[in-house]
Amino acid sequence: MYLYDEFDQRFVDQRVEQFRDQVRRRLEGELSEDEFKPLRLMNGLYLQLHAYMLRVAIPYGTLSAPQLRQLALIARKYDRGYGHFTTRQNIQFNWIKLEDAPDALADLARVQMHALQTSGNCIRNTTADQYAGVAADEIEDPRIYCEMIRQWSSIHPEFSFLPRKFKIAVTGAPNDRAAVRVHDIGLRMHRNGEGETGFEVMVGGGLGRTPMIAKTIRKFLPKQHLLSYLEAILRVYNLAGRRDNLYKARIKILVHEIGAAEMARRVEAEWAEIRDTAVDLPAAEVARIADFFAGPAYAPQPAFVPEFEAARRSGADFARWLRTNTAAHKQPGHAIVNLSLKPAGKPPGDVSAAQMEAIADLAERYSLGEIRVAHEQNLVLPHVALRDLHALWQALDALGLATANIGLISDIIACPGMDYCALATARSIPIAQRISERFHDLARAHDIGGLTINISGCINACGHHHVGHIGLLGVDKAGEEFYQLTLGGRADQDAAVGAIIGPAFSSDTVVDAVETVVDTYLALRRQGERFLDTYRRVGQTPFKEKLYAAH
Amino acid sequence: MAKPAALQIITANRLRDGAVVYLGPDTHWSTRISQAVAAADEDQARALLAVAARAVAEAQVVAPYAIAVARDASGLRPASYRERIRAAGPSIAAFAAATAA
Repeated sequence: MYLYDEFDQRFVDQRVEQFRDQVRRRLEGELSEDEFKPLRLMNGLYLQLHAYMLRVAIPYGTLSAPQLRQLALIARKYDRGYGHFTTRQNIQFNWIKLEDAPDALADLARVQMHALQTSGNCIRNTTADQYAGVAADEIEDPRIYCEMIRQWSSIHPEFSFLPRKFKIAVTGAPNDRAAVRVHDIGLRMHRNGEGETGFEVMVGGGLGRTPMIAKTIRKFLPKQHLLSYLEAILRVYNLAGRRDNLYKARIKILVHEIGAAEMARRVEAEWAEIRDTAVDLPAAEVARIADFFAGPAYAPQPAFVPEFEAARRSGADFARWLRTNTAAHKQPGHAIVNLSLKPAGKPPGDVSAAQMEAIADLAERYSLGEIRVAHEQNLVLPHVALRDLHALWQALDALGLATANIGLISDIIACPGMDYCALATARSIPIAQRISERFHDLARAHDIGGLTINISGCINACGHHHVGHIGLLGVDKAGEEFYQLTLGGRADQDAAVGAIIGPAFSSDTVVDAVETVVDTYLALRRQGERFLDTYRRVGQTPFKEKLYAAH
Repeated sequence: MAKPAALQIITANRLRDGAVVYLGPDTHWSTRISQAVAAADEDQARALLAVAARAVAEAQVVAPYAIAVARDASGLRPASYRERIRAAGPSIAAFAAATAA
């Protein structure tokens, strides 16, 4: 993991003390809310429906056990004993008092964490594949480049007041688990014909009220030029992005309006001007950062572990959990373990302080002290030896974290919705709870197979509803909550925006509607077809006919 | 016949902790909607908002606004579900309480 040097720590500590003084001046009336709001947002502090909310960045989704314990401490000391993992590898605390916020940030700084640039029209927390550094299909660890981006983009003087917020995601593997095509910039590591590694650069993706899939503007960027190329993109956007209209200010609108070819031309022209300046890091600094991600020294493990194989053969529940909640590790004798934060009937992504502390203990015991945060609002233990899997599964089960549903229908992505969020137009979490209860039978969920449900409580789409296989968007219709269904979205390497299936469903009927979609798929599917395969083959019509048959 | 004006009360978030508060009598802000003073017409609502503006200037509350309410047997009830959730808290069970080890 990256560790702060003296400069990093001083910078974060200074920001805490600056904010402490700003809060004091606000509470004493020296600053108005108009003056104070941009300052608190720069420190990740929002004012939501019921209280202030603190959004803490988890850079590229990597946490150490002490960091997770400190998040538990913050949940207990300053909040109500729990936190909420978001779709951007952040954690949100929903009940922070303004007067406590500087102390909470100081406690974060003690474990090299912060909430900087988790709001505002700046470059936000750079996200990555949650399996970075351990995935069997990975070309190179993307976190090296994420950390370079984090350092480059932190209080970047030119890019702190962009036309709108700006999100970058990086994957080092061909199977995209970081949803890079729905980010302002998506970077996909791959090899060129000469076997060199570099990035496919995609620009102009995003969800919200105008969902767009990012366009490739450069098929191969040598990795040593990453920062200068990003700087060129940001410069083009900063100059030409729409500042006249909040709803047209994201880079996706610029790319859409001028076209990918023109965007590429402008970026290349800008890059030609700046590529030989000092923005790109010298090789020694790249190597210094890369050293932090060199990977642990794994104890040699046999690839075949008889007691593990015996447990798998004899325990159906364990075998089922292995199928969905573990992934192939690059290191023989190891597995990547997903912790489901989606037990039936619980708010997706919520985790209690007690659970955080227990997960930190398990990470130290079984995962070399490391935890990852997935944008699907689950956690990951990235370095588990096969011989430990059965014991870990039992421990997770006791904590309510071993629901065998990763990637299945009850592994629902949901934003906080109107239960917490000041922007929401409808609730998300209660709908997710009801759907997960409806599909709580794991045998049924496994039979349905890979199927994602994403729920957003407003058009801002924090629940990524556009790219759920089934997407639900909560809307207000004459003072009542309704939910619009989209089908066919996906967030992976073949990212697509789902299509609206028809008129919205009331809160009372929307769970039945989801079940109708599932039943229609089950009735139509051919051997081996996943939901998306069937949907692609048969189109919307059979689903529409079933959903609206009574009307 | 003109429709009678809906009752309105003034709500805001308390500056120091963000709590949802309602303007009560004697410029007192309460976390309980039952303590709110209701305006029966637009003139009364404007007068209450003027009181709220002073509380903003005095760094007590943030972003006050008027909301429509109805009075029934149980007291004042916000017209919109957004404001009902603000008044009652999240509609979901407190997560930590539900999972406390």
